[in-house]
Amino acid sequence: MIEALELLMNTSLWAAVLRIATPLIFGVLGALLCERAGVLNLGIEGIMTMGAMTGWLTVYLGGDLWTGLLVAAMSGALIGLLHAILTVPLGLSQHVSGLGITLFASALAYYLYRLIVVVGELPPTIEPFRPIDVPFLSDIPILGPIVFSQTMPTYLALISVVVMAYVLARTPLGLAIRMTGENPHAVEAQGLSPIHIRIGAVVAGSALMAVGGAFLTTAAFNSFFPEMVQGRGWICIALVVFASWRPGKALIGALLFAFFDAYQLRLQTVIEGVPYQLFLMAPYVLSIVALVLVARRAEVPEALMTPYRRGER
Amino acid sequence: MRLERRTHMPFHLVIIAPIAAILVALTLAAGLIAAAGVNPLTAYGEMLRGALGSRLSVTEMLTRATPLILTGLAAAVAFRARLWNIGGEGQFFMGALMTAWVGHSLGLPPILAIPVLLVFGMSAGAALLAGPAFLRLRFGVDEVVTTLLLNFIVILFVGLMIEGPLRDPLAFGWPSSVPVDSDFRLPDLIARTRLHIGLLIAIAAAGVVWLILSRTVFGAETRAVGLSAPAAAFAGISLPRNLMGVALFSGALAGLAGSVEVLGVTASVTTTMSPGFGYAGIVVAMLAALHPAGVVVAAIFVATVFVGADAMSRATGVPSFIADVIVALCLLTMLVALLFTTYRVRK
Repeated sequence: MIEALELLMNTSLWAAVLRIATPLIFGVLGALLCERAGVLNLGIEGIMTMGAMTGWLTVYLGGDLWTGLLVAAMSGALIGLLHAILTVPLGLSQHVSGLGITLFASALAYYLYRLIVVVGELPPTIEPFRPIDVPFLSDIPILGPIVFSQTMPTYLALISVVVMAYVLARTPLGLAIRMTGENPHAVEAQGLSPIHIRIGAVVAGSALMAVGGAFLTTAAFNSFFPEMVQGRGWICIALVVFASWRPGKALIGALLFAFFDAYQLRLQTVIEGVPYQLFLMAPYVLSIVALVLVARRAEVPEALMTPYRRGER
Repeated sequence: MRLERRTHMPFHLVIIAPIAAILVALTLAAGLIAAAGVNPLTAYGEMLRGALGSRLSVTEMLTRATPLILTGLAAAVAFRARLWNIGGEGQFFMGALMTAWVGHSLGLPPILAIPVLLVFGMSAGAALLAGPAFLRLRFGVDEVVTTLLLNFIVILFVGLMIEGPLRDPLAFGWPSSVPVDSDFRLPDLIARTRLHIGLLIAIAAAGVVWLILSRTVFGAETRAVGLSAPAAAFAGISLPRNLMGVALFSGALAGLAGSVEVLGVTASVTTTMSPGFGYAGIVVAMLAALHPAGVVVAAIFVATVFVGADAMSRATGVPSFIADVIVALCLLTMLVALLFTTYRVRK
């Protein structure tokens, strides 16, 4: 018991929390952007898989790490565009299209990986992002090693939260996006096109999701393998609800989830006699519990999952 | 150019839609096969030969289609009521696990034991979907996320059970559950093949689903709820009761798939026993436009792709993941095709 508490005093645990949260932050921001515009994007799991693959592959084929993230974002945007075309102008079921996108993007990622990369006993590796000590700030006791000795994409994720919160809450673009998710007819009345705004939001959101996936292969690990996203995309969809569609709360949700994930990994070594699967289950179970707790109070965007057709009510 | 809702759906479109969807998907996938340096026509030829070329391959394909029919029915039943059950994979595993567990030491004659075991499998699947359905009805929690997350929880639970209480002490290598009593195995449909009477069970299930959906009050209510929940409620249909009924029905079908797979093919449970039967069931249901008879045909098509792709991959070196790509593309193209069955383009 004491040992379980001692784990909490360890800075490496808290540094791991931020690291584990990074892909979730990108993913949840992406999902949040799509949903704020009124489109549920269940393609997230596949888009993250695709981003993980293309980001890794770019570096493996000789590109630098930032090019890798960029290519991942573009591959995500492309798949997002497919989801956007199916669900926005065509107005097809967002549930079914999203699942189709997930199945398609994951399968395509595995297929292309097998096609291009020769896999031996172990998957080939790349040189991933290294943690960077921010000058001066990383010398702050406790906080320094936790927050200011991370990899660059983690800083990028934290900055993205601020940018997303600012854009959504304080800019005309953000207002238009939010209004499209609440009442697309009002957007049309303002002379803006809800169709264009939704397509743009889904494409941009999908690019963010893909960067989250790419973090897994270019910073957290150094290789790509099937099933590596492991439901992180679905957890992001749950986190958006938990966060009540707000970027700040989404960050807190991602950190909370990452904390449980990092803590259960370390608890496994301390607590004996409990099957490890129970620890691994905990984050998924907690996601469901969190959904139950907030579902009734959630401020769902009014027009979420309602296709917009001009002149049709 | 705009879309206009059709007043009625012409029957020929119902047949043409899935065929067109499959052809478009195969054409798109042909580009990927060509990228692997293989002539797509050669590859598709190998696929057909691999799945339908010999007596053995046909029986293998039908063995693969059996659980797909059942998970396809599970998705079709749920989607008709707009209950988004994406947890077919988890329900499949719960059905399988329950069947192996009870079937390991059940003191009944086989003629009684097999139906009992199938019912246990169905109950396990139904119970697993009852949870998300309850959370949706009571707390308004979206069932898509809960059923998806439950898939991960269930796979871990299966791992826990087969490495712990249900571990087969005689199994070497990968952990596996205790096997069901060999007397309880489903009889072979064709001797010296893996094809078992589970195929007949699955086809019978499709018949039962069709009867229930088209000839009972529950079926009519489900259709009404699927078309418009508020209108159905206004007409006096109890939404909670109907949705819970649909959930139990759908979960039971996916659980039955797991049960039949254990009794017919694997005898014991491993975490790798399903190559995504639950997820592929969603594609099957959509290709069938949620019709029970269509599910049987669509499951045979999807099984042909999967079994054929394995053989094609061995012959040509094209990665067998192409099967997953084709199946996923079919889901997307079918979704577009369905649009043209309900809407028409007006200049």
